[in-house]
Amino acid sequence: MQPVLEIINLRKSFGTELVIDDLSLEVPVHTATALIGASGSGKSTLLRCINLLESIDDGRIKLDGIEISDPEIDQDEIRRKLGMVFQSFNLFPHMTVRENIELSPIKVQKKSREEAHQIADQLLKRFDLLDKAEQYPDRLSGGQQQRVAIIRSLAVNPRVLLLDEVTSALDPVLVNEVLSIVRDLKGDGMTMILATHEMGFATQVADQVCYLESGKIIERGTPSQVIENPTHPKTRDFINRVHQAGRL
Amino acid sequence: MASNSSWSPSSRELERRIARRRISRRQITIAALSSLLVIGALILATLSSPGWEVVKKTFFDIDYGKEVLPTVLKGIWLNLKLTVIGSICIGAIALALAILRTTKSAALTPFRFLAAAYTDIFRGVPLLLVILLVGFGVPALQLKAITSNVTILGSIAVILTYSAYVSEVIRSGILSIHPSQKSAARSLGLSSAQTMRYVVLPQALRRVIPPLLNDFVSLLKDTGLVSILGVIDAIRAAQINSSRTFNYTPYVVAAILFLLITIPLTRYTDKAIRGTYSRQNAEGAI
Ligand SMILES: Nc1ncnc2c1ncn2[C@@H]1O[C@H](COP(=O)(O)OP(=O)(O)OP(=O)(O)O)[C@@H](O)[C@H]1O
Ligand SMILES: [Mg+2]
Repeated sequence: MQPVLEIINLRKSFGTELVIDDLSLEVPVHTATALIGASGSGKSTLLRCINLLESIDDGRIKLDGIEISDPEIDQDEIRRKLGMVFQSFNLFPHMTVRENIELSPIKVQKKSREEAHQIADQLLKRFDLLDKAEQYPDRLSGGQQQRVAIIRSLAVNPRVLLLDEVTSALDPVLVNEVLSIVRDLKGDGMTMILATHEMGFATQVADQVCYLESGKIIERGTPSQVIENPTHPKTRDFINRVHQAGRL
Repeated sequence: MASNSSWSPSSRELERRIARRRISRRQITIAALSSLLVIGALILATLSSPGWEVVKKTFFDIDYGKEVLPTVLKGIWLNLKLTVIGSICIGAIALALAILRTTKSAALTPFRFLAAAYTDIFRGVPLLLVILLVGFGVPALQLKAITSNVTILGSIAVILTYSAYVSEVIRSGILSIHPSQKSAARSLGLSSAQTMRYVVLPQALRRVIPPLLNDFVSLLKDTGLVSILGVIDAIRAAQINSSRTFNYTPYVVAAILFLLITIPLTRYTDKAIRGTYSRQNAEGAI
């Protein structure tokens, strides 16, 4: 079956620093792909390239077989199909939770206000945030803010969800709150790519795990292959360091 | 949250409250005494100065002040009108300039260049010079289609200059919005125009309201500069009267009228600034 997302020989550099180095990756439909690797290995950059937030230097990115790295393509249209959730939430502080969620359905998808309301209510109820709908983001806890950010990207019904370290700004209790949502989404059959430092979590939800170093995929496989029995010395080294830091 | 109703202050807390009251009473006494002392000294120094009798007659002639009040009031009414109409025009022009200078659209490149040149020029030339150049220069061209009404020409000069200032304030507000807000908006599929309209501008404008209020107060004062073209505003009205009688009381009247408007405005601006800062600190990790 054709993968939803296909990355072929992607290259990206900032100035002279090569950040994504000849990287190829396939993401099958209804699967979760975890990107692991040390800080600065290029996980966020890869997600931003996929979401067309960064221009790329070489290679191709395909969504449902269509090359989205084609400069002639309507980028806004593509971004609508790719939901992205950021490490720092990036909620719009001047809008209520509801307005954050309904902005894109109303302004981009041209849905009616009632329809957008329904979508927002449904998602808010599901993630237990209906009582916060009229609040401004600065009145919410970090975990609640991140849940709103996830809901906001789900409201446009994306084909693929890109999650960039959605738990790293949260304390351990809130981490579980957000992780259980990601697990739920996985159960719904959402296709996801998630950059994460939570190895335990990657083991639980990911169908494939990629270990990144200096913008290259060093090792790729099931969680038990990459996280539990890594074969490449660099991966083994990284997993060992994570073990020592007590994050497994 | 736990209920607070069954709580009554401990004896220690009651002691503390008495102590706090005692301390604040003492501070109020000190403040009052020192104010009295300073103000008293100032008044004494003024009243006992050798020229005070003359100053009193030429600057603070209350009867003459009452006499000129209607004409000066009529003048400041013009200043107010120019300020209100001017700030609407300035707001529109400045917003357009600021947006123009912060977007990357290829089609707008020549306009972007012109906008930059415009702001550089009008921020760099003294307002008084612009007023003189427009007010006396434009009529000299003897173009039929263009007005030679000095009130209108003077206002245009003020609008041209202030639009340049204000556009820079708005632009700095736009640039102060973190790029991650733009990323978030674009990743939801918003176009760059929609991102500006719904995400960046509302936040940017909120941030620049306090400096813009400052500019509004300056604008009110600077509308007085058009008096140099012969426009009868508050300053000009005062000048006409005082040059007739060699008494400067009309100027004092004009100054008091300006203060009556500007002091509430600046107080309000201060409050707005404090509000913005406390809100920004509460924004935290956004
Ligand atoms: N806008 C940018 N300009 C210049 N360099 C950048 C930019 N964004 C990222 N980089 C560089 O690219 C490299 C990869 O960054 P990236 O954010 O993708 O790492 P990461 O794997 O997400 O790290 P972390 O786990 O800390 O989030 C880093 O060395 C970083 O300095
Ligand atoms: Mg990152």
